[in-house]
Amino acid sequence: MSQAILDVRDVQKRFGAVTAAQDITVQVPAGAVYSLIGTNGAGKTTFVNMVTGYLKPNSGSISFLGRDITGLSPRKITQLGIHRSFQIAQLCNDLTVEENMLVATTIHGSRSPSLLRPAHSAEARDKVLETLERFGIADHRNRLIPELSGGVKKLLDIAMAMAGDTRIMLLDEPTSGVAADEKFPIMDLVIDALKAEGVTIIFVEHDMDIVTRYSERVLAFYDGRIIANDAPDEVLTDPDVQKYVTGVTA
Amino acid sequence: MLGMNHLLAVAGTFAVMAAGAVILPDWAMFLIVMALAKGLVCLGIVGMMRGGLVSFGQGLYYCAGAYTATLFANSFGITDIFLLCIVSAVVCLAIGGLFGPLLAGYRGIFFAMLSLALSMVLYGSLSKLSVIGGTDGLNIAAPTFLGWEPEGRALQSGLYLFVSALVVAAGAVMWRYFHSEQGLIALAARDNELRVEYLGASVRKAMTLNYVFGAVLGGLGGTIAALALGHVDPEFAFWTTSGEFVFVAILAGYLSVPAVFVAAIILELVRSFSNLYFPNTWQLALGVFLLAVIVALPGGLGSLVDRRRKREGAQ
Amino acid sequence: MDLFATIFVDGLIYAAWLFIVSVGLTLVFGVLNILNIAHGSLYAIGAYTSASMVGAYFGVGGDAFPWGSYVALIAAAILVALVMGPLLERGLLRFFYGRDEVLNVLVTYAVFLILEDAMKLIWGVNPYYVYEPYTLLGDVELGSLFYVGYDFAVIAIAIVVGLAVWMSLNRTRTGKVVLAVIHDPEMSRTMGVNVPRIYLGAFVAGAFLAALGGAVTAPMISVQPGLGVNVIIVAFAVVIIGGLGSIPGAAIGALMVGISRAASVHLLPEAELFIIYFVMAIVLMFRPEGLFAKTQARKI
Repeated sequence: MSQAILDVRDVQKRFGAVTAAQDITVQVPAGAVYSLIGTNGAGKTTFVNMVTGYLKPNSGSISFLGRDITGLSPRKITQLGIHRSFQIAQLCNDLTVEENMLVATTIHGSRSPSLLRPAHSAEARDKVLETLERFGIADHRNRLIPELSGGVKKLLDIAMAMAGDTRIMLLDEPTSGVAADEKFPIMDLVIDALKAEGVTIIFVEHDMDIVTRYSERVLAFYDGRIIANDAPDEVLTDPDVQKYVTGVTA
Repeated sequence: MLGMNHLLAVAGTFAVMAAGAVILPDWAMFLIVMALAKGLVCLGIVGMMRGGLVSFGQGLYYCAGAYTATLFANSFGITDIFLLCIVSAVVCLAIGGLFGPLLAGYRGIFFAMLSLALSMVLYGSLSKLSVIGGTDGLNIAAPTFLGWEPEGRALQSGLYLFVSALVVAAGAVMWRYFHSEQGLIALAARDNELRVEYLGASVRKAMTLNYVFGAVLGGLGGTIAALALGHVDPEFAFWTTSGEFVFVAILAGYLSVPAVFVAAIILELVRSFSNLYFPNTWQLALGVFLLAVIVALPGGLGSLVDRRRKREGAQ
Repeated sequence: MDLFATIFVDGLIYAAWLFIVSVGLTLVFGVLNILNIAHGSLYAIGAYTSASMVGAYFGVGGDAFPWGSYVALIAAAILVALVMGPLLERGLLRFFYGRDEVLNVLVTYAVFLILEDAMKLIWGVNPYYVYEPYTLLGDVELGSLFYVGYDFAVIAIAIVVGLAVWMSLNRTRTGKVVLAVIHDPEMSRTMGVNVPRIYLGAFVAGAFLAALGGAVTAPMISVQPGLGVNVIIVAFAVVIIGGLGSIPGAAIGALMVGISRAASVHLLPEAELFIIYFVMAIVLMFRPEGLFAKTQARKI
């Protein structure tokens, strides 16, 4: 196993009396594909939110390539190359698909955005079109966000997150809100694209078929703790996981 | 950084406006000077609106610019309009640079009310400061233009041409800024701050920049208004003054720069028309007009010329 | 020592007045999510109506029983609330529920502008004086200081208003429903709460409190155009300090602004207006949403 790109140690998060995460310790090697499973409220999204800076842990540490990133702002963490998508696609509703993508490429393209350089240059738009084509959503480029289907929104959200130089990608329920027959094509597209660039992938998923098909390793969450951390086959046959997470009785 | 087409548009706009110096009657020239001066202030609000913020206290900079120019003119005997504009702009840049980063952390009505509070602090302070005129305010001498000291109609025309040039230049600069990379980030932040932060851009920086631009534009507008009126008083910072600026910004919408100045001129026309025919119900007319705009033209005048929004409105 | 006592009493009297005019503003915001600039107009209409009604009362022989003028004051506030409340809420504001908060401020700003001129059309531009109710209660001696008894009546009214609002929200069934609506309008709707009726009720109550503030102030001042502007400006500061939508916040905010303003009037008169916003700015620096605001994290 190569050196861990993400090293989470003894992380805890409390909301008042509720403990949303405790004793969370996990090392993710570079280039790996991890999935997070668990019932709602088990702590999956809390994990994603802590790694990406939306929530600050009460204790414990999170390191990225040996650098302590605990409590950094989402912006700083994003700039380091840890990107994420959202359970509810986070898009700019008043902008078109093309403009949304343009926002992503503009920000990722330059650390200090220019006050003069036009955002809508032909060059920038070509690059956007290329990305949209790669994700198969170029046909929608002139539409506004509220007109789109759940699947297209989800793809755009992920495409925007991937626009920069990504080292780790956290996908929060990439297939929720997506029509059943679109789930696998979307996952194929996204996982292949990320793997091609050597990106470490961590995704939250409820659909166990997707979990077994795409992830190399599974973290099962229950009541704020990681109760299993192993290959998919092992985790999904674990009695505790079956009892508390998947609800499958052996 | 402007393309050839844009340069032509800028030059053409100025040429058309400049013709006004010859053909417009005195009253209309004065009306347009005041409208354009206020339009500059409103352009600053429109910039903030592109980031999703509305300042209810832009009178702060309108007033600060007006008083800076007046005090500077009266203390040092300087009447040159270029110099006065630069001094006001620098002072307002400094004030904006101080408050901008503080206010950039607030949103919605909190931003609106805090900016209002700041302008009311200035209003309150100026009203009580009898050394600089208290509520009566101060007079300021007529401007000179790089040594040229016109009077009467020539003075009016000079001021008119100066404002026209300033408006065209400021409009072009802001247009460039609105469509720049940073401008796009502000527009995205208006929609979804979380997304912008998670792409790695600073929403706070975007808001601060918009605010500072607004401060400088407000100061320039105030300076012109002071010179056109020959007088400044604390009412420049009163919240109803700021309210009119917001009104113009809403009427214009955030989609078009020229719409801001068209809206400002419309407001001044409605005002003088009302003063003439309904002297006691000017505010009533303004209120009804504002409601009508909010209901019938939520995107503002700019949405009439912006193709995409028009399509959106049609659905 | 006397100076501090004076500042405290003056501050308390001003705070009482501030509380009456602010509590309705914060209540309306809490329920309707609208920061109502026209609250200032309702205050001014309350003042005018009470001046007219008290004037009429004495005009028809009320001198025989001057205490009846207090009934006229309260009746004026009720009248304004019952006419203007439904008119504004049903006639206009309900079309803007759920829209952008800043846009809604502009809607009420438009209403404010319209009402400013409407008042001039109805009552003219000359001032009205109805001093009788102000002098009826005589003077009160506090140590070496003399106060007008009516000022203490204002404090009493503020306390009664505060208790009444608190009791009706926390001790009645309807009040608890209102609190539920403030907390989560969507949830309340699905639970079968008649939200439109709650909105109307809250707005009429808010209008009553604004008009009451104007009605009780009318005998203390000359009632003339421009009354509403200054009121709304300080009331905003109070509710922002206290946290929008918070009743205890309005009380604390009123006390803070009242005492600081009184201190400024006696110690540094130049800073009278300045101090209100200074307090507000300081509070917001440390508590960006005000002292008692409900904070909510966004789910992503």
